[in-house]
Amino acid sequence: MRNLLLTLVCGCSILFFGPQVEAASDNGKQALQSSYQLMSAENKAMQDDPSLNPAMFWVGDGQALWDTQVGKSNKSCASCHGDPKKSMRGVATQFPKIMNGKLQTLEGQINQCRVGAQGTSSLAYESKDLLSLTALVAYQSKGMPISVKETPQNKAELQKGRQSFYERMGQLNLSCAQCHEERAGLKLGGAPIPQGHPNAYPIYRLEWQTLGSLQRRLRNCMSGVRAQQYEYGSPEMAQLELFLAWRARGLPLESPGVRP
Amino acid sequence: MSKTSRTSITMPSSAKKGAIIEIRAIAQHDMESGFRYSEGGKLIPRDIIRVFTCTYNDVEVFKADFYPGIGANPLIIFTTIATETGTLEFKWSGDDGYEAINQAHIIVS
Repeated sequence: MRNLLLTLVCGCSILFFGPQVEAASDNGKQALQSSYQLMSAENKAMQDDPSLNPAMFWVGDGQALWDTQVGKSNKSCASCHGDPKKSMRGVATQFPKIMNGKLQTLEGQINQCRVGAQGTSSLAYESKDLLSLTALVAYQSKGMPISVKETPQNKAELQKGRQSFYERMGQLNLSCAQCHEERAGLKLGGAPIPQGHPNAYPIYRLEWQTLGSLQRRLRNCMSGVRAQQYEYGSPEMAQLELFLAWRARGLPLESPGVRP
Repeated sequence: MSKTSRTSITMPSSAKKGAIIEIRAIAQHDMESGFRYSEGGKLIPRDIIRVFTCTYNDVEVFKADFYPGIGANPLIIFTTIATETGTLEFKWSGDDGYEAINQAHIIVS
């Protein structure tokens, strides 16, 4: 009975969340799959139920920060942007994005607002405050498809990101693509290799016991292949994020996600 | 960890008398085990929640001790019997003066 139930549950989830989005990655054939599909039923429940998802604490913290006035201008995020439920809806699906001629990640744009409009200091990567604000903004796009497109403005950056993705790196001499494209769906040790789509960030990773950004996750992989990690907030990171978002275009955001 | 933090309670707002109700209580907490070292090689002191209690109209109905092996942002799911209309109070207390209190009301018919 339990097995039957499980089969039913799995069957349903494939029906509802399954790879119906058109293939978008460079290799063309593989349908997009969120790594949500590879998780246990318990972990899926943890992500789906706001009363179980620990990342919702960060969303709450983010809302408190959103309404707090800071800096020389004594402005809060809300002073300009109002209610995030309205103003930030769909925003996270467009990032990384060219803003005033510079490629910005969502975190980068939040810091840009803090330094520019609010006249205060920028927040450190992986700091609780930056993660909270990112989670709040990303949460407003939950369920909406990633809508990053190739444009004349971002073309060059996207190309550099693509290069990073296909370039072998580190002492293990591996590229992102060798695992997350050629071997996606197979296993590394006991763990399934996901296609590597950035559609749930920031994620509450059980291994980390906390919320973390896409860049933290990317640095994980880079250290895994014994490569020199890109710096937090570096242009290389933004380019890679851009390529990954473009590669996952059409896949619904799950932010804030839970991953094992 | 700060002296207090966010908590969240999920339980039915009404129930039939004598019904078993499920309560979910989650608290935001790092649960620093006291076994980890910083990058500088210094032991990070233990900072965990020690006790969780639930009182139902001032009668204790559930209590749990927490230990360093429990992960961050601990979630507790337990049940109790809906006996009378009133207030359930949830209290987490721990190292370094940490204390968080949350309440939920239930109407029993």
